[in-house]
Amino acid sequence: MSGKLFVKGNEAVAMAAIEAGVRCYFGYPITPQSDIPEYLARELPRTGGTFIQAESEIGAINMVLGASAAGVRAMTSSSGPGISLKQEGISYMAGSELPGVIVDIMRQGPGLGGIDASQADYWQATRGGGHGGYRIIVLAPGSVQEMYDLTMLAFDLSDSYRIPAMVLADSVLGQMKESITPNPRPFCELPQKNWAVRGWKDGMSQNVVKSLKLGDGEMEKFHWEMHARYGLLAEKESRWEEFRTNDASLIVTAFGSTARISRTAVEMAREAGLKVGLLRPITLFPFPKKVYQDLSKRCKLFLDIELSTGQMIDDVRLSVQRDTDVAFYGRPPGAGSLPTPEEIFEQIRKVYK
Amino acid sequence: MNQVFARSPSLKDVQTHFCPGCHHGSVHRLVAEALDEFAIRERTIGCASVGCSVFLYGYFNIDVVESPHGRAPAVATGVKRARPDSIVFTYQGDGDLAAIGTSEIIHAANRGEAITVIFVNNTTYGMTGGQMAPTTMPGQKTSTSPYGRDIKNDGAPFKMAELLSNLDGVAFSARVAVNSPKNVLSAKKLIKTAFRYQVEGRGFSFIEALAACPTNWGMQPLAANERLADEMIPYFPLGVYKNSANL
Repeated sequence: MSGKLFVKGNEAVAMAAIEAGVRCYFGYPITPQSDIPEYLARELPRTGGTFIQAESEIGAINMVLGASAAGVRAMTSSSGPGISLKQEGISYMAGSELPGVIVDIMRQGPGLGGIDASQADYWQATRGGGHGGYRIIVLAPGSVQEMYDLTMLAFDLSDSYRIPAMVLADSVLGQMKESITPNPRPFCELPQKNWAVRGWKDGMSQNVVKSLKLGDGEMEKFHWEMHARYGLLAEKESRWEEFRTNDASLIVTAFGSTARISRTAVEMAREAGLKVGLLRPITLFPFPKKVYQDLSKRCKLFLDIELSTGQMIDDVRLSVQRDTDVAFYGRPPGAGSLPTPEEIFEQIRKVYK
Repeated sequence: MNQVFARSPSLKDVQTHFCPGCHHGSVHRLVAEALDEFAIRERTIGCASVGCSVFLYGYFNIDVVESPHGRAPAVATGVKRARPDSIVFTYQGDGDLAAIGTSEIIHAANRGEAITVIFVNNTTYGMTGGQMAPTTMPGQKTSTSPYGRDIKNDGAPFKMAELLSNLDGVAFSARVAVNSPKNVLSAKKLIKTAFRYQVEGRGFSFIEALAACPTNWGMQPLAANERLADEMIPYFPLGVYKNSANL
């Protein structure tokens, strides 16, 4: 595809998955992400790929596990309640060092919650989500273009590091239409999947994809290896966007759709003569710790904005210099709780020194 | 000297962890013989489950994916769809398949996934120490049914071979046992049929193998074999419940 297209965020995810060479999609309907399986049900078979509407979210993630173990690019998508169900499979994939892409178009919770935008699954996404102590790669798009670009990146990072990758967006980004350029998949040198099950032919070695580790010291070794891999990921793959942070005496920080609203508020502040900048993490895991460390050497005041009562703020506080103040403004998710730029501007005024 | 018996080439030359008198080893052997027979070992991928069958990769000369508890049919679906030319089978126990994994088995069967499912029914959770399984028989005492399985409280045992035979996607469903030479011969034939149907692309094939678990039944191996013949087979009758070739 070429030229510009006017598409929904969810459609951009599905288009990017096809561009990234996804061979298998397994999913289950849930608002506000159902455009993704609907698009792929129509388009994936045309590329020779497999689409299955699974019997459950658990079924879907385990089909991803199987297809990924067999060496192909596989994905699933869902929202809060469904992502919770998938955690068992994600933990097994993490334990089996399997790549795979999970798209989470966040809605409100806990429980059935509601279908409006939320960022309250930040902890679930960035702390691993399931049992056993692991992390997954978490990418947070802030536009429909990024829904497209970061979905492709999720496949490449996941394959490179053998860690499941999540695209973490919300119903605003999933349902919003914007014009995008459907870029071709960028070149990325990827390791061979010589660990995949493919049939053990004579002269080859047996491939076993498993998370069971009973050998003496085997599990401890695995955890330290993964710990080192997470470190490498942070060093090489941390991504963020800065807007007017150079001379800022207050840095607003937010991710995803909240960062977009915050950017308008930052522009308003600049027009009012306030030295305010915006720092938007694009990778939530790895969290771009270093840029927070560096910026807080000079700028001692941050304002964290989230569609929750405060989750990412944990990572912000763990990242900035110890003498930095981190103020918070949050709107717990729900209908009518999306903040306006004026509202955030007012918060900026309140904390600005 | 004529060699009349040898290890199946699809099996590794190792000792298993199975208890004395356990039937898993016999079922492993019959599955391995089917792979040998059709010369499909090199393109077979096994999906191990959670339970005593988890060490599939340690006993078979094949590539193996471990599945979360009960999810092997979903994992096998992913493997088979990703590699349609491979032969894919799951190997699951009764707790795995008929309790925590009912959703996955029923839907994989209903989709007619071109896989083979080997279901070992020994009426108990073996690996965790003999708790009540969905196939535990009425009145049977286990560590979590100390007064015997009460149908009013726990429901009746699942008869999976019959249940799955009602689904259009199922090409073959049979129940076998390996407690006697006669039953082993019959089991061998039906397990081969199940794999042949996959090789021929006929759809989903299912084998329920009745098995003894002397350790958790608190019996000597021979007494366990007798229990299987006297109590299990009358309740879980052997035979072919669905054969698409006959339709």
